[in-house]
Amino acid sequence: MSILIDEKTRVAVQGITGSEGTFHAQRMMEYGTRVVAGVTPGKGGSTHLGVPVFNTMAEAVKAEGVEASAVFVRPFSAADAVMEAADAGLRLVVCITEGIPTLDMIKVKMFLRDRDAVLIGPNTPGVISPGKAKMGIMPGHIHKRGSIGIISRSGTLTYEAVQQVSRQGLGQSTAVGIGGDPVVGLKFVDLLGLFKDDPETEAVILIGEIGGSAEEEAAAYIRKEFTKPVVGFIAGQTAPPGRRMGHAGAIIAGGKGTAAEKMEALSAAGVHVAVSPAEIGSTLRAALSRGA
Amino acid sequence: MKIHEFQAKQILARYGVRIPRGEVAETPETARAVAERLGSRVVVKAQIHAGGRGKGGGVKLAASPEEAERLARDMIGMTLVTHQTGPEGKRVERLLVEEALDIGRELYLGIVIDRAREAAVVMASTEGGVEIEKVAAENPEAIFKEHVHPGAGLLAYQARSLAFRLGLSGDTLKQAVTFISRLFAAFEGTDASLAEINPLLITKQGDVLALDAKMNFDDNALDRHPDVKGLRDLAEESPLEVEASKFNLNYIKLDGSVGCMVNGAGLAMATMDIIKYSGGMPANFLDVGGGVTEEAVTNAFRILVSDPDVKGALINIFGGIVRCDLIANGVVKAARELGTTIPVVIRLEGTNVEQGKAILKESGLAFHAADGMKEAAEKIVALVGKG
Repeated sequence: MSILIDEKTRVAVQGITGSEGTFHAQRMMEYGTRVVAGVTPGKGGSTHLGVPVFNTMAEAVKAEGVEASAVFVRPFSAADAVMEAADAGLRLVVCITEGIPTLDMIKVKMFLRDRDAVLIGPNTPGVISPGKAKMGIMPGHIHKRGSIGIISRSGTLTYEAVQQVSRQGLGQSTAVGIGGDPVVGLKFVDLLGLFKDDPETEAVILIGEIGGSAEEEAAAYIRKEFTKPVVGFIAGQTAPPGRRMGHAGAIIAGGKGTAAEKMEALSAAGVHVAVSPAEIGSTLRAALSRGA
Repeated sequence: MKIHEFQAKQILARYGVRIPRGEVAETPETARAVAERLGSRVVVKAQIHAGGRGKGGGVKLAASPEEAERLARDMIGMTLVTHQTGPEGKRVERLLVEEALDIGRELYLGIVIDRAREAAVVMASTEGGVEIEKVAAENPEAIFKEHVHPGAGLLAYQARSLAFRLGLSGDTLKQAVTFISRLFAAFEGTDASLAEINPLLITKQGDVLALDAKMNFDDNALDRHPDVKGLRDLAEESPLEVEASKFNLNYIKLDGSVGCMVNGAGLAMATMDIIKYSGGMPANFLDVGGGVTEEAVTNAFRILVSDPDVKGALINIFGGIVRCDLIANGVVKAARELGTTIPVVIRLEGTNVEQGKAILKESGLAFHAADGMKEAAEKIVALVGKG
């Protein structure tokens, strides 16, 4: 098992005919993802990368049984694309797009409340279940199938963690980037819930960063109902307050959302917190050998 | 993005939010002329992107146009230091000259995004003129909140409820309800991330006006608000940050001596952290991003080393979409052009790592290669020295 996606998931790519969409759809196919359709308004009826392109997601669902979509659409159109996918009845939408306005995402989140779809992202590298499928832009080859779940607000820092896991002779069940924006779809808590029920996942690495309170919410959840070992790292221990550190969501505002607070909350919940980003792998190894 | 008080007030006025009469002055003579036009006592306010201006001597009352001119002469060109400017302060280039009003009560009104609730929240408080964070810490029950439903918008009853809780009544209450609704319209209409009126003035006559105004905006939405985007004041930003933004580089200047250049914001923060963990101090945050070109890498390196505080540089790249060979070519080109002499430690990993390493080696330049973040950080700190 794995969470969210596997080799059977029928995936559509929104924005498949654009340069980003084309590049990454191709990499996804090469990795083994079952990409069955593309959606680009105005390009319906054509074929791209060997799959049919549709004008609307509803048509793609009807013709190809699409159940999940990867969104590579420009920032000001991306919210619309996500809502279109949700309205078409998909169960999973992974939004890669960076730069979506926050007020757009607030509307999206409200829209999703009474739809079945769950959203990953935006501003995320995506989701990968190694050896099975990937929906996103992460380099597939650095991943290895295994038993460690990874949840992260970052892209390349996740790759760093993946590599450290591999160097410990371990692999990943699923690695999920939840996105670097202030308002995102599934958060740490939701994904911990999925990993909890996944028999293939033995332990979880949680990579947070400054800003917001998603890590504190995760800590509260772990303390109450998550029994698998969790390793944590928080980026931005040296970040100055009031400055946005690259990610739209990475900002210490009004003295809140510091790395210190988050590390303390996680430690108090029994999470094995790595202080140095180079020690994520070794901290995981130590946590596994202690068995909790 | 941040803007000046006078700019925020101009935006608010467009949405019908009531502001004091006033004009901008960049010379003492203009300040005097504005005061004459306003025909009353005036307040002269320094326009910089920082709070705490009053305490720093940047807000003064003038009883006559002559006094306004005198105050303006002192203030224009002065370096104003407040708790938000840092010790170096900010140079005052222009003033807002406004009619002085009869202050009855000073309240607080602010709108921000509540990330946990995923909604805008309107906050009001009777503790005006004080920083809201301070009120939240010391007297949280003095802050009243209404979360805005993203579909329905701010409802009239919510604005009314806030006004009632502020203790307002009669015509003042009506004015406050209108004020709150229009402030929210301005917030939503410009994709603001903050709209703060502190203090919100209730005059002795019972009128409601924005005595001060602060607006910040969602950078991701600026391209659909060209009018707002045009209000950016480059003089308020660090020159290196302005230069970096031309190449779509995320650069933030810090106080340390180890410059760093990284792909990805999370990894960039983690790289700063591990420099500190290894005994050094990061000189900057620099994320070259995912779609980076060779030219941008060259510029990133140039900006990085042009900071005089930088005694050495750490380049940490985990190639995903970004290819290590592209980064290597960009760095080699920049180092050659600039004749860089400071030590540079480079850690490459991921896509095309072998090609990248070969390019660095064949360049003949004295780069220090490192395997892993830990080794990279320890090497650069050893080369630069601690602290």
